[in-house]
Amino acid sequence: MQNLDTIVREACDAFAATQDPDMLEQVKARYLGKSGQITELLKGLGKLPPEEKKEAGAAINLAKVSIETALNARREAIRLAALEARLAEEALDVTLPGRGEMRGGLHPVTRTLERIEGLFRSIGFEVADGPEIETDFHNFTALNTPDDHPARSMHDTFYLQDESGKVAEGILLRTHTSPIQVRYMQQHVEKYKHLETMPEIRVIAPGRVYRVDSDATHSPMFHQVEGLWIGENVSFADLKGVVADFLRRFFESDDLQVRFRPSFFPFTEPSAEIDVAFMSGALKGRWLEIAGCGMVHPNVLRHVGIDPEKYIGFAFGMGPDRLTMLRYGVNDLRLFFDGDLRFLRQFV
Amino acid sequence: MKFSESWLRTFVDPKLSGEELSHLLTMAGLEVEEEETVAPVFSDVVVAQVLEVNKHPDADRLNVCRVDIGDGSPKQIVCGAPNVAAGLKVPCALVGAKLPGDFVIKLAKVRGIESSGMLCSAKELGIAEDASGLLILPVDAPVGQSIRQYLDLDDRLLTLKLTPNRADCLSLTGIAREVAALTGEAARYITPPQVSVTIPDVREIILDAPEACSRYCGRIITGVDARAPTPEWMKRRIERSGIRSISALVDITNYVMLELGQPLHAFDNTKLCGAIHARMAKPGEKLLLLNEQTIAVDDDVLMIADDQKPLAMAGVMGGEESGITLDTSELFLESAYFSPTAIAGRARRYGFGSDASHRFERGVDFGATQTAIERATQLILEICSGEAGPLVEAVADLPPRQPVRLRVSRVGRVLGVPFSAAAIADIFTKLGLPFVQTGDEFVVTPPSYRFDIEIEEDLIEEIVRLHGYDNIPAPAPKGRLSMLPQTESARHLSNIRQTLANSGYQEVVNFAFVEESWESDFSGNADPIRLANPIASQMGVMRSSLFGGLVANLVTNLKRKQGRVRVFETGRCFKRDKVGVPVDGFHQPWRLSALAFGAALPEQWGVSSRQVDFFDIKGDLEKLLAPLVASFEKTTHPALHPGRSAAVVLDGEIIGVIGELHPAWVQKYDLPHAPVVFELELDALRMATLPQYAEVSRFPAVIRDMAVVVDQEIALKTLQDGLFKNAPALVKELRLFDIYTGKGIDSGKKSLAFRIVMQDTQRTLQDAEVDAAMQHLVAYLQSAFAAQLRV
Repeated sequence: MQNLDTIVREACDAFAATQDPDMLEQVKARYLGKSGQITELLKGLGKLPPEEKKEAGAAINLAKVSIETALNARREAIRLAALEARLAEEALDVTLPGRGEMRGGLHPVTRTLERIEGLFRSIGFEVADGPEIETDFHNFTALNTPDDHPARSMHDTFYLQDESGKVAEGILLRTHTSPIQVRYMQQHVEKYKHLETMPEIRVIAPGRVYRVDSDATHSPMFHQVEGLWIGENVSFADLKGVVADFLRRFFESDDLQVRFRPSFFPFTEPSAEIDVAFMSGALKGRWLEIAGCGMVHPNVLRHVGIDPEKYIGFAFGMGPDRLTMLRYGVNDLRLFFDGDLRFLRQFV
Repeated sequence: MKFSESWLRTFVDPKLSGEELSHLLTMAGLEVEEEETVAPVFSDVVVAQVLEVNKHPDADRLNVCRVDIGDGSPKQIVCGAPNVAAGLKVPCALVGAKLPGDFVIKLAKVRGIESSGMLCSAKELGIAEDASGLLILPVDAPVGQSIRQYLDLDDRLLTLKLTPNRADCLSLTGIAREVAALTGEAARYITPPQVSVTIPDVREIILDAPEACSRYCGRIITGVDARAPTPEWMKRRIERSGIRSISALVDITNYVMLELGQPLHAFDNTKLCGAIHARMAKPGEKLLLLNEQTIAVDDDVLMIADDQKPLAMAGVMGGEESGITLDTSELFLESAYFSPTAIAGRARRYGFGSDASHRFERGVDFGATQTAIERATQLILEICSGEAGPLVEAVADLPPRQPVRLRVSRVGRVLGVPFSAAAIADIFTKLGLPFVQTGDEFVVTPPSYRFDIEIEEDLIEEIVRLHGYDNIPAPAPKGRLSMLPQTESARHLSNIRQTLANSGYQEVVNFAFVEESWESDFSGNADPIRLANPIASQMGVMRSSLFGGLVANLVTNLKRKQGRVRVFETGRCFKRDKVGVPVDGFHQPWRLSALAFGAALPEQWGVSSRQVDFFDIKGDLEKLLAPLVASFEKTTHPALHPGRSAAVVLDGEIIGVIGELHPAWVQKYDLPHAPVVFELELDALRMATLPQYAEVSRFPAVIRDMAVVVDQEIALKTLQDGLFKNAPALVKELRLFDIYTGKGIDSGKKSLAFRIVMQDTQRTLQDAEVDAAMQHLVAYLQSAFAAQLRV
């Protein structure tokens, strides 16, 4: 049987030397084909004496299995090699940039406004809007700002010309978003006048406002968000709770220091200025003025037909531009209104 | 209001550090805006007297001085200052002294001569810029005393940012009152002795406008030495309060104003004629003011006048002619109460302001008019000598101080924490607010110096101020929970913005006031809404379109080498409209506008580059509108290329425009080529439809293609609308998939290729009915559009 071992070894060597699947099948035929060596040996079994037949048959079959196993292994190896070659050929430079439109982005102040709106919505505040060309009544009178108040002078407020070129009487560009609240309160009172007790007012009023001022920290147009909560028992303590909670959520900083100190606004009494101090970062430990607030002045409630004996509440106002600057470390207000894509794209 | 801390401490001296004092004031509503030190840190500098000055043997510019530093053994000091002279008193830094800038004085040899110390200039001590010579001290300066102590250099200067309601704190007395109330420390207030009247001279005072001036005190003082020097202590205090020292008489009036908050004015009595009138200005009246400005006063300006002429703009500024000079020897001193409404805004109207008008506008204590004139008289007699005449006072109805009611329960309700009657009484007592208590109710009569206590809430603010805002808890508030509406049939603005951002546009925010030319260029608006007081001429009119701002954004970004620009803005636009809502006369719609310029896609290795065109942006717009489907109709618009612009129509209503910028503006604004822009009414964009289910067919669709040749002028929309309207019910979709002109098509014609989808929800379609439908469509096109089937 020395011969069989040789045949198997030769077959294996021949398979290994073959790289091509067609060639491999030809090599296979030399051993296992119709007139292959193993086939011939099997054919020759019949000529052997019966006592040798069994043993020889078993040996030949063993050799046949060995050759078949080697053949299959080689087939698989060639298939894998071919696959690998194809994959290698198809490989891409995956570091090349992708194709198509890139994403634009929202203005950083819009980002801030949307966050503010989201936070206040989460405790039931609606969002209201209103005109930017406003009446003197809604911007000042209804807000307890008397005629001779310095804020009403040409100094701070933009006025418009009428068609004849004279200063339009009683019309201005709103200097804050409080007139939105005035309108909202009026509508609310009208809507619920049939009820003995009207539902609470919880609303924020974001928007663009205008003042005659322009330098590195003032822009003639800027943003404001005002908020209002009126009910039967809405107190100064509630005001502190809401505003402090908002500021900590907005800046995502539980250890943000918030302080309230007395101030003055015509439309609130008592009034407060709100300062915050960060516990880390570039501005660490410095008190920064961030918002004004207070209990809505009874005259303001009376102006919109709300009985200040029955209802009380608070109002606050803050500058989203400033909040945005603090949040993202922007150091010049003017960048917000310059339309410079190199700046704006940082907020995509 | 700027003042020196050490001056304040002569009124009230709480056991607080300077920093604690500042914090106390800030947290009580008197915000300390600025804190300055008078001098930087230095040590071991004393008052010294120069005894002898000799030339340095080896240096022309140096002197060798013998200096008494008060220790009994005069020191030899080399000095280079040009003004050194024997007998002078000057600051001397001793050996071991540390001067500003970590400069240590050592025993040294200067050109071979030993020098044990240094004589100092003001600059070397960091207290002034003057480096021209030694700081010369007054002759009575005590030799050997620390210069810090002698010049009060450890003092701090505080600037308060006072709110307009706290005019009572525009004086040292007022601030002291506040500090006393906050700390419980006793305060010492100014109580001038009654001066002895030694001459009989008086001037009559007539209140012609009693509502504007309801109290006026005047006094003649003769024999005054107007050239007397202002004492150092007074000069220091007023200068540290930010007021320049001018002459003794002027300084005294300013000093008393700072002490008591009462502005005073001194007239040269010899320039006056007859009685003093407080009256409204007469028509055509003019006055030359102390600031050398001549003003023609309106008739609502309160004047001080004599029988013949106007003397001063009351409470604002005195007249030049009746003013005092260094030669004045006879004074008429004024201390008056002018009502805030009579003074407010007047100074600003003429383009200036004064310390006096600042105070009168906000409210001056009408209970201290006499105290102030007595105090000023006392100081004048002490410093400038002279003889005082009797005090003449004219009084009309002073501002009433209405009693204000306060309920203890209301305090708790407003503040959210209960306050006891006893606690409230204690606070009122500390504040010096006179009150009557009946059970749980207080009635408070505000003092004459408080102009800000009129209603219950004003008193509640006083209570919480003294209690401390920080001491009110900040709990999470309680409220009734009810859900906010979430309208599915209205899109939120943020969704609209986000959709555009996802299409590659960057949001911008532009000013609502724009250049007038933008209005005519981009809106054809020759009569825009003009601002009465624009901040600059290029921000003179309100925009009626957002296009101008976006084009300007493009221009600036091109300058910054940004070659591909896609921007959008949402904002209000403004137009005159008789029936504007809610403000009469103005229509203020929200608009959304976008601009795209440059490559259609970001520059990339695998995409061939081409410029963005009308249909790119139309696609963005359609995506933005989805699921609403707008139609586009040829239009003309001042901003846009007439052949490449369309009105965006939704449900028969024009909701906006889209197009290429007009070539004229491309040239005028110096753009390399035309951007494509659109502008839409935001209200229309906000509409959304609630999805409505329609049955999905389980039977296969049949798809057929068809190409027809029609005239070039026929708009696809017209053809397609007609086709769809006339199609059999089984036609579900008609899609244009190709347009061809060129070889094989006659000029003036175009080939349109449609893909037609046919389907039935109930059964599978038969070939015959599909063929019939196709023939029907072709026949329609032939008859309606003279179309030829292309095969």
